[in-house]
Amino acid sequence: MSTHTSSTQGLPFSPLRGSPLSASPKGQLNSSKYPYRVFLGLARWWRAVVEQSPQYLSAVLGAIPFLALVAIVIILFHEAFPAIKVNGGGFVTHSKWSVGSEYANPIRRDGVATPVGATYGAWPLILGTLEASALALIIAVPVSLLSALIVVEKLSARASRWVGVFLEILVGIPSVIYGLWGALTLGPFLAHHLAPIANHIPNVPILRFFRGPTYNGEGLLTAGVVLGIMIIPIIASTARDLIRQVPASLKDGGRAIGMTDFEVSRKVIWPWIKSGIVGATFLGLGRALGETMAVLMTCGAVLGTTAHSIFSNMNTIAATIVSQLDSAQTDGTGFAVRSLAELGCILIVITLICNIGAKLLLSRATHDTTTT
Amino acid sequence: MTQRPPSPALDQLNKKRRFKDRLLWGIAACALIVIVIPIIWIISQVVSKAIPHMSMSVLLTNTIGNGGGLKQAIVGSITLLVLVGAIAGVTGIGAGIYIARYAPRAIAGFLRSTVEILAGVPSIVVGFVGYIALVVGSHWSFSIWAATIVLSAMVVPYIAKATEVSLRGVSDSLREAGEAIGLRDSLVLRKILIKSASPGIVTGFILALAISVGETAPLLYTAGWSTTSPTFSLKHSPIGYLTYPVWTFYDFPVKSASYLALEAAMLLIILVIALIALAHLLRHKLSKNLPQSL
Repeated sequence: MSTHTSSTQGLPFSPLRGSPLSASPKGQLNSSKYPYRVFLGLARWWRAVVEQSPQYLSAVLGAIPFLALVAIVIILFHEAFPAIKVNGGGFVTHSKWSVGSEYANPIRRDGVATPVGATYGAWPLILGTLEASALALIIAVPVSLLSALIVVEKLSARASRWVGVFLEILVGIPSVIYGLWGALTLGPFLAHHLAPIANHIPNVPILRFFRGPTYNGEGLLTAGVVLGIMIIPIIASTARDLIRQVPASLKDGGRAIGMTDFEVSRKVIWPWIKSGIVGATFLGLGRALGETMAVLMTCGAVLGTTAHSIFSNMNTIAATIVSQLDSAQTDGTGFAVRSLAELGCILIVITLICNIGAKLLLSRATHDTTTT
Repeated sequence: MTQRPPSPALDQLNKKRRFKDRLLWGIAACALIVIVIPIIWIISQVVSKAIPHMSMSVLLTNTIGNGGGLKQAIVGSITLLVLVGAIAGVTGIGAGIYIARYAPRAIAGFLRSTVEILAGVPSIVVGFVGYIALVVGSHWSFSIWAATIVLSAMVVPYIAKATEVSLRGVSDSLREAGEAIGLRDSLVLRKILIKSASPGIVTGFILALAISVGETAPLLYTAGWSTTSPTFSLKHSPIGYLTYPVWTFYDFPVKSASYLALEAAMLLIILVIALIALAHLLRHKLSKNLPQSL
């Protein structure tokens, strides 16, 4: 500010700006000579406000994501706290999920009113969440990596832009529509075409997990495949950005000593992006863990049992919160909602660990490339 | 160039290497196809099942029970889109500007992490907190504003991130040129930084809106469901939106209900693809005539 007014200092009416304001440093104008000095002061103040406002306004807005995050965590844990106290450690190891009797008088446990017979065990949900996400990663990671590789190394700029658009569409397609497709099309398709083949797998431990009755196509496999498709864009676009950062000189060096493109990708690109890819995988995992509607519509949504096979019905934490909140509202003591909040706490802790881990790994990966 | 002596073993090896190379790119091409197939499969399935039942009455009548049309849901979805666009747009772009331009280094890094962590919070958790805090805790009951706040909280990180990344992408020489000719700070921000970053900001903003329009889980227990046009009062103002019929009606035994689900799904796909197309169109238009650097 002061730097550019200095050149016109002393001129009451700046010919440069057509306004006396810009050329009037404090004390230059005499109020008896210029009775409108008050207005000038006001205008100068206003100019300062306008000048400074983006800074302060954006600082206020910049604090909002942080405040929102803190509010979400505090409200969630505050709501869940009584449930955490009553359910104890059994919450993560037991399997039975029961709201209890809504007719008998509530009893007090650890100072918290709960319906008679209310027991909450989230083990099948935790396991189901992890199983579905693992399946999703098994599908999404190789597809994403290979397509990112071909996009960077082989495709023209125009073609890779189109792949980018496809990835955006994959992100944009609403979760419910993935669910609709999974429930109406993919599930029955897998049940009718894949399950009969899978039933040739011998009925022995471990392998037994990959065969079984299909329940109309809703189950772990369908949910996992749908989730896998949904997390492809996040992993693929992160991997693409990582591969783009590999210095061209290194790749050219590899080619100069006669490496094939395959060898360049394995011996040059891969070591360079390895830790970043782990980070990208964690990002995808974080997304898969929290995905709700698509899983809810394709998993069969059973409560209280873990999946016996890749085709059996299952459930995840996120899907349970949505599907059980309706019936939880009938619990007059509010304990059912609190137990769902406890589920939410588990979910948010797992996803936060994933996302923070991903961020650390990715920032290390990008750091490596800039310093080397 | 010297002739190398014939060596069958080396030829064999090179053949193997070349084969491996081709194999890798073959598989990689298949991976690309794997990305495209679900898109085509999903869109063609939904559209082909919905088209036969599509008519103008779907767009012009409200939902009646589990039949009728989707007018109020379309109006509701677009209302939410506008409200979220206004609130999350201002917040996200403001936050992005602060992180990229004004925040001290340490605070910028910290806020950047918070934005990324907030983006990673599962949508259902945000919705559930909205339900606990606003719908029940503040006695709003189902409310259009609860839905707007929850959706905005989900979308703000995407917009903030896009804004920040595109602002940091503006070349320093351009900004310094502006400062050198004595532009005021606010003008540097407006005429140079935001203008040069606008293609990225606008694209990120619209893509974030496209994500918000497809959300279901956070809306189920904040927006509720309504079969009449939206009202804007703070309390007791449930609102209809397009994702609700898809989730609620898709496995109804009644034909009219499942048709409604398919029609809503088709409208959603059209809306999302239109938004993505708009984002690219605007990016193309805005990035014309923009100097990249000096």
